[in-house]
Amino acid sequence: MGMRKVAVVGAGMTKFVRRAQETAKELTWEAAHMALESCEMTMDDIGAVCFGTAPDAFDGVHLNGEYVSDGAGAWRKPYMRSYVGGGTGVFVPIQGWYHIASGLFDVVMVVAEEKMSSYYPHAQAAFMTIFDHTTERPLKPNLLWIFAMEMNRYMTTYGISKADIAQVAVQHKRSAADHPCALLGDANITLQDVLNSEVLAWPVQRFDVSPVSDGAVAVILASEHIAKRITDKPVWIEGVGWHLDTSYWTNRDLAYPRYVEYAARMAYDMAGIKEPRKEINIAEPYDPFDYKALHHLEGLQLADRGKACELYSDGTAARTGNMPICPSGGLLGVGNPIAAAGLMKIAELFWQLRGEAGARQVPGQPLRGLAQAWGDLMQVGTVVIMGR
Amino acid sequence: MTAKIKEFPGISLSEQDFKDGKILFNFDKLNGIYAWDTGVGIGSYLASLKAGVILGSHCPSCRKIVVPPRTICEFCFRPMDEFVPLKDTGTVNTFSLCYVTWDVQRIKEPEIPAVIDIDGASPLHGIMHMLGEVDPKKVKIGMRVKAVWKPPEERVGSVNDILYFKPIKEA
Repeated sequence: MGMRKVAVVGAGMTKFVRRAQETAKELTWEAAHMALESCEMTMDDIGAVCFGTAPDAFDGVHLNGEYVSDGAGAWRKPYMRSYVGGGTGVFVPIQGWYHIASGLFDVVMVVAEEKMSSYYPHAQAAFMTIFDHTTERPLKPNLLWIFAMEMNRYMTTYGISKADIAQVAVQHKRSAADHPCALLGDANITLQDVLNSEVLAWPVQRFDVSPVSDGAVAVILASEHIAKRITDKPVWIEGVGWHLDTSYWTNRDLAYPRYVEYAARMAYDMAGIKEPRKEINIAEPYDPFDYKALHHLEGLQLADRGKACELYSDGTAARTGNMPICPSGGLLGVGNPIAAAGLMKIAELFWQLRGEAGARQVPGQPLRGLAQAWGDLMQVGTVVIMGR
Repeated sequence: MTAKIKEFPGISLSEQDFKDGKILFNFDKLNGIYAWDTGVGIGSYLASLKAGVILGSHCPSCRKIVVPPRTICEFCFRPMDEFVPLKDTGTVNTFSLCYVTWDVQRIKEPEIPAVIDIDGASPLHGIMHMLGEVDPKKVKIGMRVKAVWKPPEERVGSVNDILYFKPIKEA
């Protein structure tokens, strides 16, 4: 198709914390600075900056992308913020990818930031606007409803139990104990802890949900000739995909995320992947809720419908399993600063595929990984496939 | 690279830091008040709710009947101007038992939001509403329900003109 190859050559991130002392600009700079340092580049090498952050409502700042631009290194650069809600974290590297694949730029910095703690008393209320203002908001909904109802539909359609789903929270939080930036890593958490946690909106319990967080992540993308000059270990972006479903969420099949399937098929096609279950060595599906990781694994064709929980019970999903899932610890463990959480998955694949993930390193020199996020009004899927 | 870095940036604050006055901050309130026009599709939906009818719309091209009604069939990208009255009964597609309110206050008796597939609409085409007059323990997916309306004189043309949906007693 005449597209140039694009590699990830550097990455940086801040800790994910419940409430950071740093402002959004300061967090963004910390991550961007670390990413540049990691590949020994400076802003002079960067042709353009792609920025991602989720709703302005969290920060109470209109055009938050422009407000944070100094921390993102946007001064006198082509700069644009992309925004697809929770899917932003995996979409913004796609934006960076097409900047370079098209031939327009050689090096792009991709930065994603979220500071959710500014909203008082709790960021949850800022999500209210995902419900239709005329047909749904008069019912005084809260954000948990949509997830609880989707989870219930998913469980009931396939006959999955709460304990099947809770395995996901246990594994991800345990994995996160090895992540130096994690907010909710816990090496000793048990299935009973999850099942006994407070019921918020049945079937959703406290430990089924990822935490509100502040944090930032940055990666550096480069075209082939630049990447080969600056590193021996470029990690290539082999495929990208994104796809939207109807915004009338009550008119959609809640048991199966078709938008993730279509996004995945687009990415698999581009990467030349015919048998994803054999060819994907590490998967980082989006896991703001534990059932969501399973839901997405099925959409990604990495498990049969209703069978994703078996990957966890038979050990396939473990860090030492055949297809490790969220070795980072995911959103459930590391934290969920919306846009930064998605880009954290890209950074994780970069470190994993280079063999630099430290205590979290997946054994066996994995060749290829997949990251996915989901968002908008609960109907966008974004997928990136990376390999070395 | 994560292996090489000893300490990552990011300073975590606790609730106590605020109480102790260690952190300076600036409180402000954004005053956003809106009046949303309902438009042709949803305007007709609200007007018929006032009359005690749930309205859908029919696409002459793909023959889907969707609810709430709209003027564009997004599947065919054609006009969808044929509104059809639907029944006020349906099937519970999914539900939740919610113990927190929209502003994260804890409540003892759960609210029961549900997606209800409305009879007369295409399969899996529902609306979100509440369930009532039912024991939370007995709510099931697939349960048949019927709308409980406000008295006609109290209806204003809002989704709240339906109080909730209650189970239909099997004969």
